[in-house]
Order: sequence, then C-alpha cells, then structure tokens
Amino acid sequence: MNRLAIAGGRVFDPEAGIDGTFDIIAMGGRVASIRPSTGDMEAFKGDGWTLIDATGKLVLPGLIDIHTHLREPGFEYKETIATGALAASAGGFTAILCMANTEPVNDSASVTRYILDKAANACGVRVLPIGAVSVGLKGKKLSEMADMVKAGCVAFSDDGLPVLDGALMRRALEYSKLFGDGGLSVISHAEDPSIACCGSMNEGYVSTRLGLQGIPNAAEDSLVARDITLSELTGGRLHIAHVSTRGAMELIRAARGRGVRVTAEVTPHHLALDDTAVEGFNTDAKMSPPLRSKEDIEALIEGLTDGTIDAIATDHAPHSPIEKDIEFSSAANGIIGLETALPLTLKLVSDGVLSLETAVRSLTSGPAAVMGLNMGSIRIGTDADITIVDTEREWTVDPAKLLSKSKNTPFAGWKLKGRATETIIGGEVIYRLKD
Amino acid sequence: MRLKRKDILGIDELDPDELMLIIDTARNFKEVNEREIKKVPTLRGRTVINLFYEPSTRTRTSFEIAAKRMSADAINISVSQSSVSKGETLKDTAKNLEAMRPDCIVVRHPVAGTPHMLSRHLDCSVINAGDGMREHPSQALLDLMTIVEHKGDVRGLKIAIVGDIAHSRVARSNIYALTKLGALVTLSGPPTMIPPGIERLGPAGSVTVEYDMNKAIKDADVIMMLRLQLERQGAPLFPTPREYSTLYGLTTERLAKSTREDLLILHPGPINRGVEISPEVADGPFSLIIDQVTNGVAVRMALFYLLLGASREDKDEPRTEEKE
Repeated sequence: MNRLAIAGGRVFDPEAGIDGTFDIIAMGGRVASIRPSTGDMEAFKGDGWTLIDATGKLVLPGLIDIHTHLREPGFEYKETIATGALAASAGGFTAILCMANTEPVNDSASVTRYILDKAANACGVRVLPIGAVSVGLKGKKLSEMADMVKAGCVAFSDDGLPVLDGALMRRALEYSKLFGDGGLSVISHAEDPSIACCGSMNEGYVSTRLGLQGIPNAAEDSLVARDITLSELTGGRLHIAHVSTRGAMELIRAARGRGVRVTAEVTPHHLALDDTAVEGFNTDAKMSPPLRSKEDIEALIEGLTDGTIDAIATDHAPHSPIEKDIEFSSAANGIIGLETALPLTLKLVSDGVLSLETAVRSLTSGPAAVMGLNMGSIRIGTDADITIVDTEREWTVDPAKLLSKSKNTPFAGWKLKGRATETIIGGEVIYRLKD
Repeated sequence: MRLKRKDILGIDELDPDELMLIIDTARNFKEVNEREIKKVPTLRGRTVINLFYEPSTRTRTSFEIAAKRMSADAINISVSQSSVSKGETLKDTAKNLEAMRPDCIVVRHPVAGTPHMLSRHLDCSVINAGDGMREHPSQALLDLMTIVEHKGDVRGLKIAIVGDIAHSRVARSNIYALTKLGALVTLSGPPTMIPPGIERLGPAGSVTVEYDMNKAIKDADVIMMLRLQLERQGAPLFPTPREYSTLYGLTTERLAKSTREDLLILHPGPINRGVEISPEVADGPFSLIIDQVTNGVAVRMALFYLLLGASREDKDEPRTEEKE
C-alpha cells in the first residue's frame, strides 16, 4: 500500500487546534498519523513511500471553494469541469462546489449525474454539485430536490439570479430541511433587480464620474433582509452568497445574534478591490455584486474576523473575450478566481488585515461547516486532503499561464506572494507546482 | 500648434491650456463659415468617419459639415442598435473601418467608455461625440466658446445647469470645462435626477446642488437648460412632464427672478418647447441656442485641425529640424 509522508512542514489546522512542525502520514488515502517532526526523513524514503519535504512551508487542510461556475454542460468554450478542476488544484483546492446555471440547468438528477460523471474523469478534485432551487432557474417551481440530493447535490441555489418570489424562497427554505443533517443550505444571490436596474457597477462617486448607471447597496441589503426573515420564519438554512456591503454584514450579524440559521461568504476580489478598479472601463472589474467602497470592504473584513462571514469563496466565473471585450454595460459579469484566491487571502494576512487563523478557517473548516461537509480539517481516519503552501513564493499573475480556460481576471500583472506547491487529494499528489 | 494627444475622449483629461487652444482655434475658423465659399484646404485627402450608434441629426451633421469645410472626405455610418445582439461586435466594426485607413473616427455610443475602448484598439484618432451618460466634449467646448464670446473670461462666472443631471453627458462635460477655467456651477433638478458625488467632479466648492430652481438661477450669469429625456421609459424619475415643467421649466415668469441684465441662456438641443423651456424664452433676447449651433461647426473644425491638420505644414517649424 502506498504511503504518503508530508514531513517537516508547519501544520496549521485551526479546527483541530494544530499549529506546529508535524509529519503527516497517509495510508490508503486516509490520514494515518500526525506526529511531531524529528527532522529525520530517512524513514520516508524507502519503497512504497512518497515523500514531500515540506520544510519551510505551510501544511493546511485541503482548501474548499463553495462557489464556482464550471460552465459544463453548455458553455464549454468558457470552461469545462476538467479545466475548472485543474485550475482548482493549481489554486490549492481539494474540493469545489459548482453552481447550477449551466445549459441545461442542473435542476434534475440526470444533469447532476452528468456533472459528477465528468468530474470523475477529471484530475481528482472533488466536485460537488449545487442543484437549482427552481426549475430552469425560472423562479416559479421548486426543482426535484430529493432526487437531486440522492444523485449527489449538496446544496441549492439559483445563483446568478435571486429567487424573487418570496413564497417560493420560503418554500425552498422549508423543503430543504428534509435533507442533510438538519437541512441543506439554500444559497441566495441576494439582489433586487428592480433596484439594481440597468446598473453595471457600484453606485457612488465613481459611477457618477464614469457616467455608468450604478447599483446601490440597497439592492443587496433589501433582499438579504427578506431572506433572513424567511429563514427565521422557516428555520431553514440560508447562506448568503458573495456578500459585498456593510448593510448586509450588519443584518447577518444581528440575525446570527438572534439564532437565525444564516451563514455567509465573501469573495477574494471583494476584499482586494473597490469600485475604483472599474476606471478605464475595465470589464475584468465587472461582476455581480459589483466591487464596492472602502467602507464596505472594512465591514467585510470585520465580518470575517468576528466569524459573521464563515467562508471565502471565489465565485469563479469564466468568460471568454466574446462576452468581455465589448461595451462595458453589455459585458458579462464575473471573473475567474480559483488560482488567485489563496495568494490574495495570504496577502491580507501579510498586510496585517486578517489573522492567519481567520484566513485558513475561511478556506477550510468554515466552508465545510456551512455546507455540512466532512472535510476541512486534518484528522486521523479522514480523507488525506491536504494543501501545501509556500508562503514566501513570489510570482506575477500571468493570465496566459493560468490553467483556467478563460483568462478574465483583474489581477493580471499583480505581484503576489504565496502559492500552493502541492495539492493532495485522498493521499495522491494531484497537483505539483512546476518551477 | 497641435494637440499633444491622439484622441478627444472627454474634457476630464484636458487641461485649461488645451481648452483655450481649442476655443481660440475655433474662433478663427468661425469666419470661414460666414464666407460665400466655405472651404479651406487644410485637411484635403484626409478621411473622417462618423460612426453613430445613437440617432443624431445635429451633432452628426455638424461633424460632417466641419470635416467637409476643411476639405476632408466625410463618411457617415449609422448603426441602428448596439452590436451586441446583432452580429458584428463594436471592436470588429472599428477594426474593419480602420482597415480602410480613416484618419479620424467620430463615435457616438450609448455606453460610457466605448470611445476609450476603441482608442485602445485603433491607431487613428478617435473623437467622442457622446458616450452614454459620461461625456460629450465637443458640446461643452461649443458651450464654452459661446460663453467666452459674450463674457470674455469665464473665471468667477456663475453657471446654473438645470435638468436631468444624472443622465446628462452634456452636464458632466460642462462641469469639467467650466470649473477647470474657474467658473462656479450650480446644478438644479429634482433629487431623482441628481447623481451621488456630483459635487466632486470639480475642485472643492466649485460645484453645488440646489433643488429649488428659483434659487439656483437667481444670481446665475448663464443658465444652461438640459433637455428632459421623455423617451426614457421605465425609470419613474418624475411624475409627469407637466409637473416637471412647473418646477423646472424656464419661463418668462421664472426669468423675472433673475438678477442679471446680461443673462445668457443656453440649451444643447433639441429643445422640448413648453417642457424645460418656454417658446418665448427659447426665441427671446437672452437665448443663444442658435449661436451655439453655429459655434458647434467651428469647434469641430478646430478639433479636426488640431488633431489631424496642424503640424505637417506648420510654417512656424524651422526647416533645419527636417534634417534629423
């Protein structure tokens, strides 16, 4: 039986309470032991051993991204499950959840099975489908949730669209309580399209100057408030996708204080950029929800630090130049994010904005807990999903070298520090950074 | 003298010297338009393409006449809708046109930033004839020229701009042009039409907002009325044109509140008679609306000259430099 040894690294697992130099041994794909490093790696060099010398590196539970768009079926020219999984592995992710806005929409067991089938033939990253709340994402009828859960869905969402009909959202939250352990999450893209109407960036001084219609924070806050009250009414698990405003933050914090079952995620780009990134009409700074103001970013950081926000999730949204290299207000929303998420999060740590503990939690145990996944921590007997990170590695983001099929990122040319060097899933090294 | 830039994308990027250079050049060209033979050979053999994605009579005609009076060849292309839903992308259209080697493309488009995008992809000059709600630089320049002709120095002048500021590229371009040269601008309109942070478009204190039109125009040296865009459906910015004109229409009664004898009234056109401006005022003694149109041709001639014409045959450049 092949054995994997990750030796000499700083194992950092806030959930398990581990922070120190440990050797991790995996056998048969599971974590077999975690013991303090002796500095001697000879025992791990024989036949049947794969040794990773992690000296000077950070050894983390495998990272989990609970919000990605893999575009397959239907939009394979932007990304496929295979290329998305590769990009994920390069970003240090061992598990990703993929949204249902494909074509056909993932609103049935058959599309769910199609996605899982494609994923099984990809590089090994665990791909967990999110099923649509409503048939065809039309927001009118509930999809066959039980069937989809049986086929493998782990949560529900109509993301990129909000569920506008309050009655349907209520029923979705109630019905979802049937599944999982105490209910599966209904993930809300909370945005009132009538308030957001025609806007293509944050509403404020920058949108006034650029002559673009703006989307006020109120478009998000109003729907977040509605969804929270529905979660409170039904006891269903609500998860707010890509929170971007101070107002939403405060609503979620207050609701949590009352015991409402609401969780939240934030994207790395909403922490790294504000609406001034749109200057020059850069369509790689156009996404939904839009980049907001510095005040909003401050609130999001507070939320991450005090645990109001449970997870950092990329909202990886590949688009080709056909959708992006056009007039600003017509350009598609979204940017890729799998390969820049970890470095951008580490940048917040090195800038002193976030603690390493918060950063790691937000990418591992936090998302796992939100979705009820048995992942996110290195424990004896669990799958050996581990990410090894060289926090000192300096690199410049070159879209041509990214593994995602699409290259729509505003971080092109950014000098970042920190990168996954090995991504291990089930004891196998799925990805190794080439020098 | 030639402008140090390839394109005219907005007033935002221009400095006061460039603004005055354009105005002075325009004032020189104005005389050409009064001759019997309205032609100068300066841009002979040059090609100008008007690429208009939004309907326009006055601006397009003005650019076309300006180019032709400079002896350039002017071509008009009207695209009835944005390229997105109908086949060829904007970038492809522009690249195809560029392959025919125009010297300048004048573009009007409903989406802000489009001239910038074109400028990145094209080697020829790009003039912005209006990009969405962002800027309409040639309009602001002709407005500025009209004010300068009557008032000389713009510094310290009080200008009131009244109307749908939020959706007006004319307002934005004028705010930049006027405040860069030291004027004070008061914006007036219902709260639904005043965008956030608009006061910050000019230096501190140069731009103020006043919802009460009577207060806004009381001490104004120049009143600039903006067209109420009645075609803007689905956005309930005001209840009815009737109520709008009661509050924000420029009528003779409202004009009586002005303290100025030598008031100037401007409007970018086309005017909605009886809505934002009454017929008596539009045709009255203070109105310079028709002069603006005349100045528009001169300003556009100046832009073509300064972007395309000046340096090659500039007699002021010493001959010795050619040896290098």
